[in-house]
Amino acid sequence: MTAALDPIRAARVPLTGAKLVIGVIALVILAGIAGGVGFLVVSGALDGHWYDLRDLGIPIAHLRGWLDEQNKAQPAQLHDLLGDHWISYLTTALIGAIGILSFVGGVLLVLIWVERRLIGRIQVRRGPNRVGPYGLLQPVADAIKLIQKEVLIPNGADRFLFFLPPILVFIPGLLVWGPVPWAPNMNYLDLNVGVLYLIAISSLATIAIFIAGWSSNNHYALLGAMRTVAMMISYEIPLSMALVAVVLMTGSMQLSQIVQWQADHNVWLGALMPLALFTFFFSSTAELNRTPNDIAEAESEIVAGFRTEYFGMKFGLFYAVELGNAVAVGAFVTAFFLGGWSLFGLEQWIPPYLIFAVKVSSVYFVLVWLRGTLPRFRLDQLMAFAWKYLIPINLANTVLVAIEVTAFNHSSLPGVVSLGAIGVVNLVFTVWVARRWARFLGYRPETEHVLHPSLQTQVGGLRAAERLRASS
Amino acid sequence: MSSIGIVLGFYALSGLTIGAGLLVFLSRNLLHSVIFVILAFIGMAGLFVTLSADFIAVSQILIYAGAISVLLVFAVMLTPYASRDNPNSLFAPAGILIGLGFAGLMGFVGMRVIWPQLTGSDLEAQSFTGTVRSIGSMLLGTYALPFELASVLLLAAFIGAIALVREDEA
Repeated sequence: MTAALDPIRAARVPLTGAKLVIGVIALVILAGIAGGVGFLVVSGALDGHWYDLRDLGIPIAHLRGWLDEQNKAQPAQLHDLLGDHWISYLTTALIGAIGILSFVGGVLLVLIWVERRLIGRIQVRRGPNRVGPYGLLQPVADAIKLIQKEVLIPNGADRFLFFLPPILVFIPGLLVWGPVPWAPNMNYLDLNVGVLYLIAISSLATIAIFIAGWSSNNHYALLGAMRTVAMMISYEIPLSMALVAVVLMTGSMQLSQIVQWQADHNVWLGALMPLALFTFFFSSTAELNRTPNDIAEAESEIVAGFRTEYFGMKFGLFYAVELGNAVAVGAFVTAFFLGGWSLFGLEQWIPPYLIFAVKVSSVYFVLVWLRGTLPRFRLDQLMAFAWKYLIPINLANTVLVAIEVTAFNHSSLPGVVSLGAIGVVNLVFTVWVARRWARFLGYRPETEHVLHPSLQTQVGGLRAAERLRASS
Repeated sequence: MSSIGIVLGFYALSGLTIGAGLLVFLSRNLLHSVIFVILAFIGMAGLFVTLSADFIAVSQILIYAGAISVLLVFAVMLTPYASRDNPNSLFAPAGILIGLGFAGLMGFVGMRVIWPQLTGSDLEAQSFTGTVRSIGSMLLGTYALPFELASVLLLAAFIGAIALVREDEA
């Protein structure tokens, strides 16, 4: 395609002198900031003080200490009634809750634009570009439009249950952000059952989706809800099994401990256990109802699935939760498999939460990429893939990882050797078992993809037009 | 129970659980009842949290609020006449009798048992480091045999269910 025909290339503005100068100035300022921070880190002036913003948990911890000091000065009756630490508990709880709420809200506002622009880019179109500069105000316009819409309730719908699901799906969407480990001390809800908590919370959305489909009094909605619930229940199992491998390897269900293990051993669990990484990522796309597993809203088959009858801001809430959960999946893939806030020692220099945010955005980008690229699975293919393929090979993987962990804990070899061996064994096992099990299930690529398609010889195939033009 | 936060949490969660339990049989629609059952499960999980039994609390949400509730919804939905009003049941007197008997039994046991109560410094001397590790070592150590037997039983039930619904391949 020539430059004139390509709308995106044609829209590009050439690099002018002013842009170059602004770019150079920005680079100089960035380098200055980096140098200043580097000097502060090396001189040790930051370590553990309240202005050590490399880890936002440290200022909060100092704030708690200060509040506990203030707490001692309160009247005796109040002290007897409420205890020693109630001010600091209350304050930190509020800070964390407001932080999570504002983070999720801000992310949603930005990501609606990012996702639509990225998919537009992938599909060689522009995406939203009318409202504000580069279409940046599009999410605001969308929200205003959705709020303005008339509230309609379908005839014969269950009024009470019809209003409940958009709220019910939003609660787990906020709760999953609790245990995310942003930095060593920046962890709102560091439960020692963190992994189990995540699985439990994400299973709560299932019932909300089912109620949404049932209460709409619509066949398409009910069918969509049935297949969504079937898919989510099925994919919870391989997802949990991938997490079992992670828990076995790190010996903890606490998310901060899992990240700390990866930081201590300077290794990413995704490199050690590629099968678990793939399983977790793929199952998460099913839990999120995103491509390639978005059979919940397969427009060509069941209109819009369980949310056929939802529009206005109720639809907006479903949409927002799906986006927010996609980012949350990015956060958990990062924490479990991509080393979390650690970056091979660089977390001393760069604020760990920035490292974490960059990793989360990368995973989110992959999710958008998949959505813009891949077609949708058929329902039976999807269920068969979970039950016949992912679950058996992950069972085998769990046993293998258990053996490896036992050997690793009893060996006196240096970490590089033993972990390297584990990584190589797991990679070989993944490739072998993935191919072997597919063959066992009857997948025969050499017979299904015919080497000389009949279409090519009979009708002319892909180059028929060229040949016609050449012959005429 | 020294801190007022725990006391407030206990009464709020108990109220939630009991209220949801009442609404389960007061609501006329079966699916509404299922929703209130889930609410009662979540209130129970909250009560477990106030007892520092975090593993049991999370398992309660995972198994009851997440999995059993979906099973209940499917069971209700596949029942004929599920969408009509919840009719008066012939079993109401028997149900009330059983309920009263069970409540009496639980109340009797609760009154008679001498509960180990710890307050003040004794409470703080106890370490609540999380129950996951101790539950895990008990399940795979002391009670390994019952645990494995239960899993074999579940596997047998699983295979039996598949065998029951499977059509004969002609």
